Amino acid sequence: MSDPGVATDLAEATEALRTPPQRGGGRTLGRRQRSVPYALLAPGGVYLLIGFLIPLAIVVYTSLQSGGLLDPNGFQFTWNWSNYTDSLTTYGSFYVRSVQYSGIATLAAIMLGYPMAYWIAFYGGRWKSTLFFLILLPFFVSFVIRTVQWKFILGDNGLIFGPLKDLGWLPDDFRVLATPLAVIWGITYNFLPFTVLPLYVALERIDKRLVEAAKDLYASKFEAFRKVVLPLSFPGVFAAVILTFVPATGDYVNSEVLGSPDTQMIGNVIQDKFLEQSNYPDAAAMSVILMLGMLVLALIYAKVLGTEDETLAAGASGG
Amino acid sequence: MSTVTFDRPASEMPDPVVRKSRRRWTFYILPVFTIGMIVYLTAPVFLMIVYSFNKLSGTGERQVARFTCCTLEWWKDIAAVPALNDALKTSLLVAPISALIATALGTMIGLVLGRYGFRGRGATNFVIFLAIAVPEIVLASALLSWFVQWNGWELFGFTWKFGRQTILFSHIGFSIAFVAITVRARVQGLDRSLENAAQDLFATPIVAFFKVTLPLILPGVVAGFLLAFVLSMDDFVIANFVKGQDNTFPTWVYGTARLGVPPQVNVWGTVLFGIGLLVATFNLFGSRRSARR
Repeated sequence: MSDPGVATDLAEATEALRTPPQRGGGRTLGRRQRSVPYALLAPGGVYLLIGFLIPLAIVVYTSLQSGGLLDPNGFQFTWNWSNYTDSLTTYGSFYVRSVQYSGIATLAAIMLGYPMAYWIAFYGGRWKSTLFFLILLPFFVSFVIRTVQWKFILGDNGLIFGPLKDLGWLPDDFRVLATPLAVIWGITYNFLPFTVLPLYVALERIDKRLVEAAKDLYASKFEAFRKVVLPLSFPGVFAAVILTFVPATGDYVNSEVLGSPDTQMIGNVIQDKFLEQSNYPDAAAMSVILMLGMLVLALIYAKVLGTEDETLAAGASGG
Repeated sequence: MSTVTFDRPASEMPDPVVRKSRRRWTFYILPVFTIGMIVYLTAPVFLMIVYSFNKLSGTGERQVARFTCCTLEWWKDIAAVPALNDALKTSLLVAPISALIATALGTMIGLVLGRYGFRGRGATNFVIFLAIAVPEIVLASALLSWFVQWNGWELFGFTWKFGRQTILFSHIGFSIAFVAITVRARVQGLDRSLENAAQDLFATPIVAFFKVTLPLILPGVVAGFLLAFVLSMDDFVIANFVKGQDNTFPTWVYGTARLGVPPQVNVWGTVLFGIGLLVATFNLFGSRRSARR
């Protein structure tokens, strides 16, 4: 592969294999055949339009409304940009807290998940699929139930701290539940599989011979990891950040079940405004702000790695 | 040659025992860590199963941290909480219908994306990508805002309101994208020449599809269906926004979490976990066998 010509030829050949023959135009297609993809795409496409794209447009529309449920005129579209400025000034601290919690949780999840994914991908051998399956096992129980169980594990007199307090190893007023630590703990736990999956997919498809080659060239084990494995696993780390950080920022279940009013995140506020106060315009504006943040990250990802990269897809769909 | 060996002081001789044990020690860090993490990840599941056998006395019928062994009471009274039964009914009604429709629509999209080059392919891929990357709460807000516009509309004598129908509508929407990428991955790994061979042997495109393509992508389709089913059963955030007066299993559990969860929740959680485990194991071994063939 030292000859660049061979490498390009190979790349071209692979690309040609990958590209569907229709696109290159080796074959001429009749009009009927050309309409086949659109006909197959139509039903699902229409559904995505009315079940995904139009709702996203409607939430932007709602975010610029004014008025209220009790207002005689109801909600009216008035280009009411103050919904955005008000929510940012009033709830700025909630945004900051959400980003902090989910940032720490994402970092923790990557630090816990990377070694797991690495070991399974490189040394899992014939146990690979079994180990992988065991990581997905908790998904068969609703995450609401699992979070409620954490409440019992982390409780003030719960399964961990109860016995420790009885032994006198911890002061009686020691607590984790209802603190930021409990919320971050819960988020890390709940999103860890979403972190491990893309990391695993990325590490798994690294050609193991590259590591051997590095060692043949006198790289130490650690150098081989740092200079070969780590850079090649970067798409997985990026996908893990997107799949963990983005949903975790909008999460409100962990902070509701494991936290206190002082640990509320932006998701709690959105939920409260939509479902309790029926203040749709404000809540919609906050959702749009979250959506824009997500969009920026997603666009960077799509730009760098493309929308067809398997890492994110495989991670999102559980392999 | 042997003299050379004797000339070396003993301290310079490689000590096989020490080296071996040192290598072993570092070698075990990662596997032990991984197994430990898997135990950690499954801990709440074990707890749920154990608590379904917890004996409760005088605390009301709510889960408590103290475990008193053991009773089958809750397994016998599995259907004793009517509101929980209704919630389960909604979940078990919505999940299969949503998975079925999403699989039909998503498979077609996945097939097209994995197979054809056409104008609008990049845009379609991007929409699918967005549908997966969008935070649940944003999608939930969007769907709620959308349904609010429809609320109270009458069409053919059917009044649109929040409830099972809005949950179903939402679940189909977000499952399509997941089915599509699962099928797309399978189609991309497919050997195109098999289909061409079928056509060379005078199979019409439709016959070739049903006799050759469909059996080949079937594992992807089945995986997509199961994924859509699990996503619908497990979804909390979106259902919580659009459910109206109805409840799904997760939204009902969430509603009772503050006061305490009745032990039947743990029983039902265990039952669903058991079924999921059976199906997944069956699927795993099934796909292994067919891969070997």
